[in-house]
Amino acid sequence: MTAADLSLAKRQVEGLFRRKRLFGFAIPAGIAVYFVYIFFAFDLAGLAQRANLANAVTLASDSWSHKVHVTRNNRSGDVTYAVEGERKGTYPDGTRPDWVSGDEIITINLGDSHIVRYLPDNRTEIVIPGFPLIEVQAEGRQVTSNLPDDLPDWISASDRRIGITTPEGRITMTGARTEVFNYFPGWELFWFTLDSPYHGQSLGTILFGPQLDPTRSNLAGAVSDWWNNGMWRHKDVAWAIGETILMAFLGTMGAAILALPLAFLAARRFSPIMALRAATRRVFDFVRGVDALIWTVVLARAFGPGPLTGALAILITDTGTFGKIFSEALENVDQKQIEGVSSTGAKPLQRYRFGVIPQLVPVLLAQILYFLESNTRSATIIGAITGGGIGLMLTQAIQTQKDWEEVAYYIVLIIVMVMFMDWVSGWLRGRLIGRKD
Amino acid sequence: MADTALSAPNTSVASIQSSYMAQVQRRRLYGGLTLLLFVVLMVSGFTIADERNAGGFWDGLDQIGDYPADVLSEAWEKRADLPGLIAKFFPALVETINIAAVSTLIGVAGGLVLSLLGTRGLAKWPRLIPVFRRLSDIMRAIPEIVIALVLIFVLGGGPVPAMIAIAIHTAGALGKLFSEVAENADLKPVEGLASTGATWSQRMLLGVLPQVAPNYVSYGLLRFEINIRASAILGFVGAGGLGYELRNAMAWGPGRFDEAAAIFILLFGTIVFFDQVSSHYRNRLTEGQGQ
Repeated sequence: MTAADLSLAKRQVEGLFRRKRLFGFAIPAGIAVYFVYIFFAFDLAGLAQRANLANAVTLASDSWSHKVHVTRNNRSGDVTYAVEGERKGTYPDGTRPDWVSGDEIITINLGDSHIVRYLPDNRTEIVIPGFPLIEVQAEGRQVTSNLPDDLPDWISASDRRIGITTPEGRITMTGARTEVFNYFPGWELFWFTLDSPYHGQSLGTILFGPQLDPTRSNLAGAVSDWWNNGMWRHKDVAWAIGETILMAFLGTMGAAILALPLAFLAARRFSPIMALRAATRRVFDFVRGVDALIWTVVLARAFGPGPLTGALAILITDTGTFGKIFSEALENVDQKQIEGVSSTGAKPLQRYRFGVIPQLVPVLLAQILYFLESNTRSATIIGAITGGGIGLMLTQAIQTQKDWEEVAYYIVLIIVMVMFMDWVSGWLRGRLIGRKD
Repeated sequence: MADTALSAPNTSVASIQSSYMAQVQRRRLYGGLTLLLFVVLMVSGFTIADERNAGGFWDGLDQIGDYPADVLSEAWEKRADLPGLIAKFFPALVETINIAAVSTLIGVAGGLVLSLLGTRGLAKWPRLIPVFRRLSDIMRAIPEIVIALVLIFVLGGGPVPAMIAIAIHTAGALGKLFSEVAENADLKPVEGLASTGATWSQRMLLGVLPQVAPNYVSYGLLRFEINIRASAILGFVGAGGLGYELRNAMAWGPGRFDEAAAIFILLFGTIVFFDQVSSHYRNRLTEGQGQ
């Protein structure tokens, strides 16, 4: 090698290095510039103002705790006790939580010496340690109180409404009603609502104890009361999850069934007419490109909300995807196996059966099973749009903006459902085509 | 059977044949049963879905074309406005693409870290490998809509909740794919770097990343395609971008079908365009790698 060659090679290498160095800096710099642009395009600076931290606190605390409302109707004087203030969680007549006592004067012990007393004539007394006794009188639409003008930030007061927030609970008073919220950890009434005879009974009592309801055996009654729990709606939730999985299953399998024959039309090896091949491929591209979102919207107009619409939206989109994947797999079929089979005197149909299908099945099954798992997630989202399955229940629970414990419950269920489908598809893959390693 | 095979070759052929036929028959039986089970599942599943749907399948079948026909006819009547509408919704399209691009970038970075920390032989803390693997499993399992809806409640509507939601899911999904690639990486460069006293991040950056980069970029591009669709869908539940505009146009119903048509065209064009671009580059990346 001469010196001229060497210097040429050196120059080339130096050029390569310069280019690499440039790329090494240019790509991160480009990404950084893009992020700066995004910072302004997404208005991240304004996000701090738009963000509602109070919402975040409500969400974080409500998702693992529940509150019991003690409400006095100042028109009728009736006092009701209800978990989360819901009708389904109301204590039956004659029962109330054990931290409430008294008949004429109802004393609510919030704990840590915080006491609220509902006095006759719509008067309310609130004892808070380290703060003078608060007396409130509700009259018509007004509330009057002995609160000083200079209030701590945990009390808000106007002549229409007084709100007091303490670590032990919350009190709101208006002319129409006086309400105390007492917070407890845990998901209340998850198993049985208050009107069920099994509420508050231990598992041992239900299984082995005396019969609690004379008309039903303990186990059957307990299962039925749990299943029909009006607060947590276990039956509806189970159906919703079933619907979501059903959408994914019907959509994926239907798409595979439709796509397989079409894939033969699109594969060069099996479809001699070029125009037909190209047309099939354009159809695949089209249904894939339109995307599940638009298909859902269009189909929901024809079939109405429900699992069938979701299943069909998945089916149509995935027919395109499967068609593309399957036809690629068909084109990659190894010719040698087909030749081997035909050398034994096999007829064309037998060549397909023993030469082509055994090569295809593992690829197809692997794809179908992978999509089954991924479509469970899509079905959740599509359900939220078209109205069906667990996705709908989740959006509804979020939109009411108060049942955060239910939101947390649904989120956990969705994650468990997707992981379960992941496991099922992995297990089926193992059984049908053997483990990867 | 083994005894007879030793003593009499003729019977052994017959017995092999008969046991082969029995095996074939058993396999056919199992295959038939599986097929039957599958057909039963499909039919009963379809019946249940049909029952629980608001409108029946057979009633709705001839109405499939109605909505697209309405949209198309109205859009055709107002075809002169269409270019203007497309220009009007272009910023929304840019927002949708931005959501997808940012979440893909963040997701790739997150998936990279998760995969390196969760791969045997590469992890910085080998004991924590199961933790990072489960973490990426969980992130992968959360549908984007769950995080998006919760974040919309806290942060208000707009692109940020969608971006975070998609980024989290992307990080989990890529974490798994990346770690499968990283498992096959050659460890010699890493050992060589370790012998020079390189820190963990230097070993990963200089020893592992150059080996796996083509695959990672290819997976990242594929994810970008998927994320464009996801960001359009999340817009529909209130996260900004094209999906949000689509929902507004749809809620309006007749009279604004020209807007819906413009959005359909934009969305379709974008998805097809990025599918083609990404598959072109992915093919180049994987071809360049094939030895």
